[in-house]
Amino acid sequence: MLISALRIEGWPLDLIYKIFLDPFAQMAAAPDLLVQTLWEGLVGGVLYALIALGFVLIFKASGVFNFAQGIMVVFAALTLVGLHERGVPAFLALAITIGVMFVLAFAVERLVLRPLVNQPDIILFMATFGLTYFLIGLGELVFGGDPKIMITNDLYLPKGAIDIKMLGGFVSLQKIDIAAAIIASLMVAFLAVFFQKTRIGRALRAVADSHQAALSVGISLEQIWVIVWFAAGVVALATGIMWGARSDVSFALQIIALKALPVLILGGLTSIPGAVVGGIVIGVGEKLGEFYWGPLIGSGIESWFAYVIALVFLLFRPQGLFGERIIERV
Amino acid sequence: MRAPSGSDVAAGEALLSLENVSLSFGGIKALRDVSFDIRKGEIRAIIGPNGAGKTSMLNVINGFYQPQEGRITFKGRKRTKMRPYEAARGGIARTFQNVALFRGMTALDNIMAGRTLKMHRGFIWQLLRFGPAVREEVRHRHRVEEIIDFLEIPQIRKTPVGRLPYGLQKRVELGRALAMEPDLLLLDEPMAGMNLEEKEDMSRFIIDVNETFGTTIALIEHDMGVVMDLSDRVVVLEYGRKIADGTPDVVKHDRRVIDAYLGVAH
Repeated sequence: MLISALRIEGWPLDLIYKIFLDPFAQMAAAPDLLVQTLWEGLVGGVLYALIALGFVLIFKASGVFNFAQGIMVVFAALTLVGLHERGVPAFLALAITIGVMFVLAFAVERLVLRPLVNQPDIILFMATFGLTYFLIGLGELVFGGDPKIMITNDLYLPKGAIDIKMLGGFVSLQKIDIAAAIIASLMVAFLAVFFQKTRIGRALRAVADSHQAALSVGISLEQIWVIVWFAAGVVALATGIMWGARSDVSFALQIIALKALPVLILGGLTSIPGAVVGGIVIGVGEKLGEFYWGPLIGSGIESWFAYVIALVFLLFRPQGLFGERIIERV
Repeated sequence: MRAPSGSDVAAGEALLSLENVSLSFGGIKALRDVSFDIRKGEIRAIIGPNGAGKTSMLNVINGFYQPQEGRITFKGRKRTKMRPYEAARGGIARTFQNVALFRGMTALDNIMAGRTLKMHRGFIWQLLRFGPAVREEVRHRHRVEEIIDFLEIPQIRKTPVGRLPYGLQKRVELGRALAMEPDLLLLDEPMAGMNLEEKEDMSRFIIDVNETFGTTIALIEHDMGVVMDLSDRVVVLEYGRKIADGTPDVVKHDRRVIDAYLGVAH
């Protein structure tokens, strides 16, 4: 190439070219590949957003950073598949799993949150670590530690792919990914309206702002906590089904849940739209990074690129894209 | 808003009475053997030097603190302690010394939150935002707008309360308490940190609430002028003990009250 042939003393023009020009040239040369990459990033992002949503729900209402959200995803999916393995029909298993998530929410409120009420946040955070290991143990004990296959067929989730001819090539969309995107959008829209417009939603936000004042208007903290943990459990189940359908259901999935952390930093810990936008930015960002810039340093950047994006954000906008700016009166 | 009718307590009778209430935190005795009552329809002031146990008193009444000894009779029901939920359900609303609002929410949403217990449509209806749930929301919104007009704060309806000046925050907090349509309204230093004009506004609202809706009010206040003007009866606490109880005139001339406020000459 012409530019790489040019050399100015002391300037690594070759490297500048590879970082700032070549990837874009590649994108322009093969737009179908670009669209494919964007789509895969988008779907990954939607699933990150779902996990982040679970965190946001609980953080908003109880100020607890729930480390166990990742394992709740695995536990919910495992319960569903495990029950089906034992001969329970798929949809009955789904209903029972939702029931199990409710019992879990109830138990967490009774046994973890209530005894620790008014303790510093870090104590509650540590308690969710405990909960994580408890759920790992319980899951392994009851359903075994082997990876399982998600029961996609029995839940009538679509499979296979649609190939769309466009931009001089083919873009292949997995049907399960399309379903995941739709289900995630519906859940997010639903939760956003619920939080903004209903009595229980208002009560949830009220509890997040001031426990004392919430109590004084007759809001029951116990009830609110059960509701948010249950909602987070249902979100975890949906996430588990979707992730499980793309790979398989195993305890390794909880590592993916850690990807929700950069998403939260990007979106702000208290914002539902933030979780969604953050998820998509991270998902798309890491796929583009992997595909176009990855080869420069021998690939494999997908596993850490999200954290770099988050770090850059922390430098310039520590409250995240949609987080509440904290203004203290002095 | 309606005139409170939820209780079968006649005007002038005790709506709430405390008998021999003692409250301690470890070795610190916040309240010692305090008895007093609040009559239906009156404005009752609780005064005393700093640390006298005034706020503890309110906290016992609405169930934030549970006394070790004593009895609380509210609307004819005797009990050894209140619980916050019971108190709210029974018609006790309150404001806080340091303004406890839902900072992230608008003034309107804050006041709407006061209607939590008045709204009954179930979870599912609310999720669907359909039929009865929407009608209920609209009906309560209507009530809340009346309160907003009454407190003369329509212009800040949609402002997040964290951004409001202190005086207006106090007014929103009063609005949230009024939205509960309480039988007993507890105000913890409603005029603390206010200028003269704001104090006059707040006094006017308190009198209006008491006269128009017949709401019984118990208030803690340091401004003696305000206390003497507003209240029907005054109870005075010092070091957790009751040292005087009666009409403003009687209390004003009580030897022990003067000593407590001005110190005893030795």
